[in-house]
Amino acid sequence: MLNETKRSIMKHEIIIAGFGGQGVLSMGKILAYSGLMEGKEVSWMPSYGPEQRGGTANVTVILSDRPISSPILNEYDIAIILNQPSLDKFESKVKPGGVLIYDSYGIHGAIKRKDIRVYRVDAMDAATEMENEKAFNMLILGGLLNICPLVKLENVLLGLKKSLPERHHKLIPMNEAAIKKGMEIIREV
Amino acid sequence: MEEIKLMKGNEAIAHAAIRYGADGYFGYPITPQSEIMETLMAEKPWESTGMVVLQAESEVAAINMVYGGAASGKRVMTSSSSPGISLKLEGISYLAGAELPCVIVNVMRGGPGLGTIQPSQADYFQTVKGGGHGDYRLITLAPYSVQEMADFVALGFDLAFRYSNPAMILADGIIGQMMEKVVLPPYLPRKTEAGIREESPWAVQGKRKQNKVNVITSLELDPALMEENNKRFQAKYRNIEETEVRYEEFHCEDARYLLIAFGSSARICQKVVELAREEGIRLGLLRPITLWPFPKKIIEAYSDRVKGMLSVELNAGQMVEDVRLAVNGKVKVEHFGRLGGVVFTPDEILTALKEKFQI
Repeated sequence: MLNETKRSIMKHEIIIAGFGGQGVLSMGKILAYSGLMEGKEVSWMPSYGPEQRGGTANVTVILSDRPISSPILNEYDIAIILNQPSLDKFESKVKPGGVLIYDSYGIHGAIKRKDIRVYRVDAMDAATEMENEKAFNMLILGGLLNICPLVKLENVLLGLKKSLPERHHKLIPMNEAAIKKGMEIIREV
Repeated sequence: MEEIKLMKGNEAIAHAAIRYGADGYFGYPITPQSEIMETLMAEKPWESTGMVVLQAESEVAAINMVYGGAASGKRVMTSSSSPGISLKLEGISYLAGAELPCVIVNVMRGGPGLGTIQPSQADYFQTVKGGGHGDYRLITLAPYSVQEMADFVALGFDLAFRYSNPAMILADGIIGQMMEKVVLPPYLPRKTEAGIREESPWAVQGKRKQNKVNVITSLELDPALMEENNKRFQAKYRNIEETEVRYEEFHCEDARYLLIAFGSSARICQKVVELAREEGIRLGLLRPITLWPFPKKIIEAYSDRVKGMLSVELNAGQMVEDVRLAVNGKVKVEHFGRLGGVVFTPDEILTALKEKFQI
């Protein structure tokens, strides 16, 4: 009974890490807004150091049915890793049985962990194919949502609407297409 | 129906100030609190409520604009981060000496000096023990969520006006930069000139026939009179210590050990309590919400009931001194901190607790 109750309470602790300019923070923001639309408790904690385009950037996003305690974590259910320094930093911090999603474009080392589920989404290639490098983070988000349906797609679209300024709302169909493409191209490693 | 928004703590402060009916904000940009003025500038409240938002030429200018606005009975505020607050301290001491109400926000970063832009709580001493010169106190509120960032603007102004004393919102880079859900307070109208005359008869609003000249100053060259002023301040401070202590307890009822933490550290410590209880350690958390007045009575009360207290702070051990004063040797009090902008993780704190108390 206790176990059942425990299982039905949803809580996801997520780190998204990569280069500044890859859309790491905005992807986290869209995920957080999507959680908000779904009636979840959410927190979004960025690394706000002297980051810039080309430097490293990461954001911790928590979605939960219960009030969230610490916005800072030691370990994560899900790690989305978009460059080598981030893999070096966060691979060991995925909970056993957790999920690691990466884009092969920025990763040259092998993933060593055997006790986690590892997925690859070639988002950089797909974005190039779509002739739209801005679709990159939404391709990743699509991949994530396929593996871990944290929020419903309709709420992601509502979240996009909330987090994008009105002048960018015309880009929502492109983002939706990228999310769906990402859902298709993610592969278990 | 109340609307739930997702925003940063810094943004919440700006929206709350407009909604409270603040008359003016004067600031100078510094990370990690720049979104406060950025949000105010983007919202353009001078077009809606008439609130003035002004980027001063320096922190010193900003705090003196606050002095001027407060002297005329207006609800005015400023914000900065650690090095900028150091620059404002002369003005803060003057505000306290002239018994002027205002709200000052410090979104702390690692120091000393220019330090780093990462979160820190190393301005505890500066805030609650003076900082500027003279025997003065700042009413100090420590928000631990984006919701409290919004709520403490109104609370800060209310307390500042109730006691004619500056109030400080002491936050840090984590609470300033993180986004979470917030319900913004309702819009209140700004005070009218007549309303100010009634509420703050001491304010300087221009000499009218029927009233005497109001003078706002912290200067009193006659030491006998200056001592009387100080006695009046001290009586006010004792009154605040009696009536305005605020704190929150988490799982303290059956606790054998107690964490004492404020602001973002208290958030992280909530997780430590969860982790400890999973391991069967009866751990509680006491969170001071007002750092001055400090919740010393409740901490003293717990000293009979627990085996140890750990003061968890993003500094080298500041609040721990007030905890030890409250406990007065009755129970072991230890400190755990990270320095200069490094933030502890929940498991680091739990490990420190076990080591220090041999659990």
